[in-house]
Amino acid sequence: MIHARGLTRKFAVKRETVDAVRGIDLDVEAGRLVAVLGPNGAGKSTTLRMLTTLLPPTSGTATVAGRDIVADPAGVRARIGYVGQKNGAGENFRVRDELVTQGRCYGLTRAEADRRADEVLDRLELRPLAARRPGTLSGGQRRRLDIALGLVHRPGLLFLDEPTTGLDPQSRADVWEHILRLRAEYGTTILLTTHYLEEADTMAERVVVIDHGRIIADGTAARLKNDLAGDQVTITVHDAADTARAVAVAGRIAAPDGVSAEGVTVRLRVPRADAALPEYLRALEAAGVKAVTAEISRPTLDDVFLALTGRTLREGEGAAA
Amino acid sequence: MDLRFARDTATVFSREFAPVPREPLGLLFTMGQPLLFLFLFGPLLAGTPSFGGAGGDSPWQWFVPGILVMMCLSGPMMAGYNLLVELIGGSLERMMVTPLNRTAMLVGRTLKEFAILLAQAVLIIALAVPLGFRLHFAGVLAGLVLLAVFGIGLGALSFALAIASQPGGELFYGVTQLVMFPLLLLSGMLLPMDFGPAWLQAAAAFNPVTYIVEAERALFSGRFTDAPVLYGALSACAVAAAGLALGTRSMRRGV
Ligand SMILES: Nc1ncnc2c1ncn2[C@@H]1O[C@H](COP(=O)(O)OP(=O)(O)O)[C@@H](O)[C@H]1O
Ligand SMILES: [Mg+2]
Repeated sequence: MIHARGLTRKFAVKRETVDAVRGIDLDVEAGRLVAVLGPNGAGKSTTLRMLTTLLPPTSGTATVAGRDIVADPAGVRARIGYVGQKNGAGENFRVRDELVTQGRCYGLTRAEADRRADEVLDRLELRPLAARRPGTLSGGQRRRLDIALGLVHRPGLLFLDEPTTGLDPQSRADVWEHILRLRAEYGTTILLTTHYLEEADTMAERVVVIDHGRIIADGTAARLKNDLAGDQVTITVHDAADTARAVAVAGRIAAPDGVSAEGVTVRLRVPRADAALPEYLRALEAAGVKAVTAEISRPTLDDVFLALTGRTLREGEGAAA
Repeated sequence: MDLRFARDTATVFSREFAPVPREPLGLLFTMGQPLLFLFLFGPLLAGTPSFGGAGGDSPWQWFVPGILVMMCLSGPMMAGYNLLVELIGGSLERMMVTPLNRTAMLVGRTLKEFAILLAQAVLIIALAVPLGFRLHFAGVLAGLVLLAVFGIGLGALSFALAIASQPGGELFYGVTQLVMFPLLLLSGMLLPMDFGPAWLQAAAAFNPVTYIVEAERALFSGRFTDAPVLYGALSACAVAAAGLALGTRSMRRGV
């Protein structure tokens, strides 16, 4: 459905050049649900805007739904749906009118556009709001309307730019339910961006991590976590002398760069924490070190990001807010 | 430039027009504004001695086309403003991803403003006829066509400006404020330029609106073959060509 090679995009901002996207290669097969994960400013929106023909790339090529984004933008537009980062419905217009207009934009007859508008109103549970203006809707309702606008023409490929950002947990779950149902019922191919780790982790079958305009990891959440982060074993000991000895013992179980200590706490990165913990405790016992507490934790995508960039995604989130 | 273009233009036009009848108060203001000019400013001209131009026509013959051109300046500016709001809000982006024709997007929006201008024109003329305005039907019709061409050009220029003003929009507000008044004052729209100093008349000669105003006056008096009609038509076509080229180009370059 999507084949991109070497996509880049520069912006000129006051005599400086911003390299928003520095070379994206991406292939997405039909029927997949792919999440693009990255901190604010990573280039997620710019990438999506190139793939959806809103922005011409500075260099590189891509075919989307079988059409070249530069040579045949009209062909691409007719075959995709796009839900942008901002709200799609105009402030002066009524909810249902905007949906009908959207159908007309795709060349549907007036009668067909009417039918589709009602169909997506029902689908996204917006029927009672049909005569309202978008400004009077709640955040979650507005986002559902945005998605409805992207679905009027029943695209086989749907792009969603941060569909859940800024919503309360209930509305986020709600939006996700609609996205997943869409996929289950119609087999729609979905490419979405998010900077919420948990979403990428639990919802998508494939996660593409981007940072500074480049793809830095690509795979299932489970594989990324296994390959790039690993489990963690954390123990605490009595005093600094014990810490030093515990670190020495840990060196026999985990790779040298997988061991860290802080005060009386020692951390080990290992492929399988459930197996490593008993082994480590036995080794400590043999070395005469008494562990006070012990725990294991599975990695998150944040640990993956940390391992790849030395930064955490949550820091970026806090800085941007 | 075919059936699809016409259909897309109609789609945009009906989207833009739908909210108009739902806002009776807004409609009242839109229709009231030219009437204010007609009744508060018009009598000043009518009362000024030695006024009324050549041929001893009623001053209304001179004044009515002027008001219409003035209205025709503000409509396209509004269209640009609305586009800017939608640009910042995100709804324009949503429509840009559909196969909707880019030029139709501009033309449909301007046509909506023109529909309102038409309603204003009908109202003004209907009220001016009893005051002494002589209605040359074919001339008025031709004059409105000329205004439509001019208005589409202005609208497209205003769209290009709106797109260039992203993301804040300051540029748009600045330029429209800066450009509107000289265009208006230097066109002889409300007062004749004939009595002004030479430098002012020279400046007016560089203002495309001047030619439109003069062409409208000739047409509204039924003088189809006057030279100003030709100049006005050329001026309107030049503005339309430049506007559409610039507007469509900035849409293509990405918003
Ligand atoms: N229209 C633009 N003009 C200038 N810079 C831009 C523009 N759009 C995006 N950028 C810059 O490109 C970078 C990537 O932005 P974006 O793709 O929006 O990131 P994300 O969606 O991942 O938060 C940022 O540094 C941003 O400031
Ligand atoms: Mg973004």
